[in-house]
Amino acid sequence: MTKATRVTNNIRSLRFNHGELIQAELAERVGVTRQTIIAIEQGKYSPSLEMAFQIARVFGVPLDAVFHYPDAEAAPEKSRRK
Amino acid sequence: MASEERSAWQYGVVAIAGYTIYLVIILGRAESAPLSEVDYRWPMLWTIGGAIVGAIVLAILVGMFLPKDAGKADVRDKQISRFGDHVGQGFVIAGALAAMLMAIFEWDHFWIANVIYLGFVLSAILSSIARIAAYRWGFQE
Repeated sequence: MTKATRVTNNIRSLRFNHGELIQAELAERVGVTRQTIIAIEQGKYSPSLEMAFQIARVFGVPLDAVFHYPDAEAAPEKSRRK
Repeated sequence: MASEERSAWQYGVVAIAGYTIYLVIILGRAESAPLSEVDYRWPMLWTIGGAIVGAIVLAILVGMFLPKDAGKADVRDKQISRFGDHVGQGFVIAGALAAMLMAIFEWDHFWIANVIYLGFVLSAILSSIARIAAYRWGFQE
């Protein structure tokens, strides 16, 4: 499906805080293409749980320090009414 | 542009080019005879074969001159490729169903062959558009 993900992430800031790790290097360490890292950073692609753990492991931080998902309070009106 | 996105563009362009050539030949011949009596068989076989060979040659040429990332496909590329196939599949089924009904009701071979060909082409074009859209505007499963 071509829709935006609600998952947000800190990958860009984490890369800069980890010795300005470039996208290509992160991609190589995770085993994906640079375009996939760009798509994740821009919120155009939600990685699998396994890939998310691999990315967090590269930065040496827990998963929720990299990825965030809005809680129920921040969810749109429509989904709260369900 | 990622090599897989480039390949989606190539796939769509080749499908459109092949079918356009076919239509130009058939419609050109239809000026002197009714459409269903036009000899469509060789133009159809040649344009289908030409599209397959053309896609392979184009992929080789692009790989030679733009080698960056060539041949690399990760999990996202595979997901997008499956999504494109899924979108295009509907037209193959629609073409096959239409052809089956035409055969049952004894339509001319010309129309049966052409509806199947059109199904393939629409499937290729839609699949290609879906893949490009997924690369450009995002993709979530």
